[in-house]
Amino acid sequence: MHLLAVNPLPWARSQMAFTLAFHIVLVPLGVSWAAMALIANYRAIKHDDSDALLLAQRWSKYMAVTFAVGAVTGTVLSFEFGLLWPRFMGRWGDAFGIPFAVEGLFFFLEAIFVAIYIYGWRRLKPWPHFWTGVPIVIAGVGGSTSVVAANAWMNEPSGFTLNAAGKIVKVDPIGVIFNKAMPFEAAHMVIAAYIVGGFLVASVYAFGMLRGRRDRYHRLGFIIPFTLAAIFTPIQLVVGDQLAAWVYRHEPQKFAAIELVPKTRSNAPETILGFLNSKNEVVAGVRIPGVASILSDPTSGTATVVKGRNAFPANDQPSRAEANVVHLAWDTMVGLGTLLFLISVWYGLSWWRRRDYPKSKWFLRVGAVTGVLSVIALEAGWVVTEVGRQPWVVRNYMRVGDAVTADTGVWVTFLVVLALYAGLGVTTILVLRGLSRRYRGQTGAWDETDVPYGPNDGPGPGGATTSHPEGVGAR
Amino acid sequence: MKLDDAVAVVLFFGVTAYALFGGADFGAGFWDLIAGGAERGAEPRAVIDHSLAPIWEANHVWLIFCLVVLWSAFPRAFASITLTLFVPLALAALGIVLRGASFAFRKSVFRTRDRRNFGAAFATSSVLVPYCMGAVAGAIASGRVPPGGKAGDTWSSWINPTSIVGGVLAVAVCSYLAAVYLTADSKRRGNLAMERYFRIRAIAAAVVAGIVAFIGIFVFHHDAPYLFHGLLSRALPLVIVSALCGIGSLVLLVRGAGGVVRVLAAGAVASVVIGWGVAQWPYLLPTSLKVSQGAAPSGTLWAMLVVFAAAAVVIIPSLALLYVLDQKSLLPGEEDVDAPAPLTSAP
Ligand code: HDD
Ligand code: HEM
Ligand code: HEM
Repeated sequence: MHLLAVNPLPWARSQMAFTLAFHIVLVPLGVSWAAMALIANYRAIKHDDSDALLLAQRWSKYMAVTFAVGAVTGTVLSFEFGLLWPRFMGRWGDAFGIPFAVEGLFFFLEAIFVAIYIYGWRRLKPWPHFWTGVPIVIAGVGGSTSVVAANAWMNEPSGFTLNAAGKIVKVDPIGVIFNKAMPFEAAHMVIAAYIVGGFLVASVYAFGMLRGRRDRYHRLGFIIPFTLAAIFTPIQLVVGDQLAAWVYRHEPQKFAAIELVPKTRSNAPETILGFLNSKNEVVAGVRIPGVASILSDPTSGTATVVKGRNAFPANDQPSRAEANVVHLAWDTMVGLGTLLFLISVWYGLSWWRRRDYPKSKWFLRVGAVTGVLSVIALEAGWVVTEVGRQPWVVRNYMRVGDAVTADTGVWVTFLVVLALYAGLGVTTILVLRGLSRRYRGQTGAWDETDVPYGPNDGPGPGGATTSHPEGVGAR
Repeated sequence: MKLDDAVAVVLFFGVTAYALFGGADFGAGFWDLIAGGAERGAEPRAVIDHSLAPIWEANHVWLIFCLVVLWSAFPRAFASITLTLFVPLALAALGIVLRGASFAFRKSVFRTRDRRNFGAAFATSSVLVPYCMGAVAGAIASGRVPPGGKAGDTWSSWINPTSIVGGVLAVAVCSYLAAVYLTADSKRRGNLAMERYFRIRAIAAAVVAGIVAFIGIFVFHHDAPYLFHGLLSRALPLVIVSALCGIGSLVLLVRGAGGVVRVLAAGAVASVVIGWGVAQWPYLLPTSLKVSQGAAPSGTLWAMLVVFAAAAVVIIPSLALLYVLDQKSLLPGEEDVDAPAPLTSAP
């Protein structure tokens, strides 16, 4: 083992970042897909809409796969807190752990009702079955809010008292969970989950329509998630703006990296792209005068003073390279957020004028990439938060270097995880595609024998209670 | 009861629940692994799929529950455990990914070759994970995890007599539980052939588990003296209950009776797990860290108890609902909904 003893820090960071970045793609689906399925399900029961019914049922089957992958990758994260950051957990677990206990409750709820909803189609009565889906939606919001509360606590540690030796002697759970960074961060994440989930699912149907599958089933499969996501984009801009103002006030080091401000100043420009060179000057990119100051605090406008990187000791803020990463990620998120907003406006105008989505092929093309774009925005947002907090794992209390495990074999687990997740990612997509092709290959058979709530040969009490038409039609 | 004791009890409640529910899931994977070739194993695998599909995810949240309570309420012990037992815990984590994902995938693919590959990954990791967990338990119980967020030996901490007994016992016990549950499931579905199939395996697993436990006593005597003395004093009643339940279930299995067997089997396993906790009482890490020394401040402990109370009010009834619906066959497996018609164009 000694030959292979490698400094664990960079490997641990890479592994944490990689596994989180993987997990976070599945999270939006876990949070918002159930809501979309329920919208379709509601339509199906209320308006006797067989296309919506089929959508809801198929979505719930895809969900079974993505939910499982989300659950196992989440479990790995829980292990990693201990395996990669034992000193962090040993010292801060008393406080940091609390939001996760709350999260555990929601995960339980989610796992239980996902199972009931997914497997209950055939034998439960329509409305009771519909209601078993509602706890999934609540749990999705509650679960992600609590995890993000833990993350927000790392940015804004509160709710504990330390003794002279730096050990936690008193904990106020409410203070930990409702730390000051939590409300905006959590709102921003939950909205992001609806945006990403909605656009991702919609993309698939946009793609299908581009391939000529323009039946009502595909239209609905596009409209329901796209509308949901489109409604949330303007809200996200407002919440994101509030969050940025919050960061300006409470995490000035991060803010200086976000806006790439080398020296404290008023009338700070908003720099688009560009980077800090080795002399700590901002080069390249486009500067819009005063905008960073105005956005930080609109009440004082361009007079708002933005603290620059020179205001903090060099080893208490992100390094130059990290600051460049943060800034690029920031531009990516905000740029894509604005783009997605404009696309939503296009869509909204079309509905307003013609009660339909834009009939141009270009709109479908754009629609087909919104999923990927929103995932990139989501990942970029996390890079801003996490890298922007460097070098701290608990801001102003513990450095990442003091948190890491002493185990020198982390590089091995990192490589194994990399390989395993690559396989996992590819297989997930292949399996989902396989499911979808299979459904497409079926002409009616699946629908006739399997119309949920349909004629029931089993003895269960949830008998046939439906007025749904037989034979939903070929896909 | 003091606050920290109460949280330790809650933690052990979680460990027991994980053993009973998660354990049965792992055990089912073991039977899947040794069910034989694609054709011969088709029927038992179908029964296993059918029984597990709706409930496996919920069963595994117990693990999350245990981890969360451990790291919040006993953070220093958690740090020591993860530092020392990096290897088996990392293996378990990877096994959990493989297992959960391949089980879900297997249900969603339709070519025999794909099914077989995912099935193999599912089954192998179902054995790996409980072995690692048992080895971890053995490492803790035999005092190989030092206190104070320090690392013990990377290898001998979990490759040692007590850990090996722990690992093998975990696999045996999981298989036993699973076989008992699957026997009852097959009976409920009126599948007499499969009832017999799993009944024989339940008996075999019960015997093996009994033998391993018996050997274990001697191993503990040398290798984990504190645990040994605890088992023969404080925890003796639980050991006896466990033995009686085990023997009772064996007798009933041989005579072919259903229903109660499940209760007895669960009782046998639960009392072993609780017995382990009682035997190493009052230590969290015998014999260096007491529960009271390792505990977080009272605010955290209260938070754990409140969450636990909320779980008792919300989660336990929901779980009960899930199991009742499942038992009433109101959550038919997917294969009922769409028979796996092999599709030539599938990827
Ligand atoms: C669909 C995804 C998405 C979109 C369109 C946006 N964001 Fe975002 N953003 C996230 C997804 C996200 C995120 C990944 O969810 C983060 C990471 C941590 C968090 O709470 O949310 C995030 C973090 C994050 C942070 C850092 C918070 C911190 O470190 O405490 C700020 C300041 C913003 N966002 C601001 C914005 C603004 C002004 C946007 C408008 C253009 C915007 N975001 C659009
Ligand atoms: C922003 C970050 C995160 C959010 C919003 C989030 C949210 C979620 C959601 C909604 C699920 C449900 C499963 C799914 O639908 O895919 C899930 C699964 C899970 N997550 Fe995350 N998560 C985040 C990061 C983390 C982290 C850092 C951990 C580490 C402790 C974690 C641990 C878990 C676990 C253990 C599960 C599985 C629960 C189960 O078995 O159902 N998550 N996560
Ligand atoms: C899901 C989105 C997330 C992504 C993409 C992400 C990304 C990252 C990255 C890039 C790092 C390494 C920082 C570096 O460059 O050194 C990191 C570290 C870390 N993150 Fe996050 N993170 C996410 C969410 C979370 C959440 C929700 C939590 C906890 C609740 C969390 C906890 C940690 C911890 C403990 C570390 C290690 C210490 C550190 O480097 O700060 N992360 N994460």
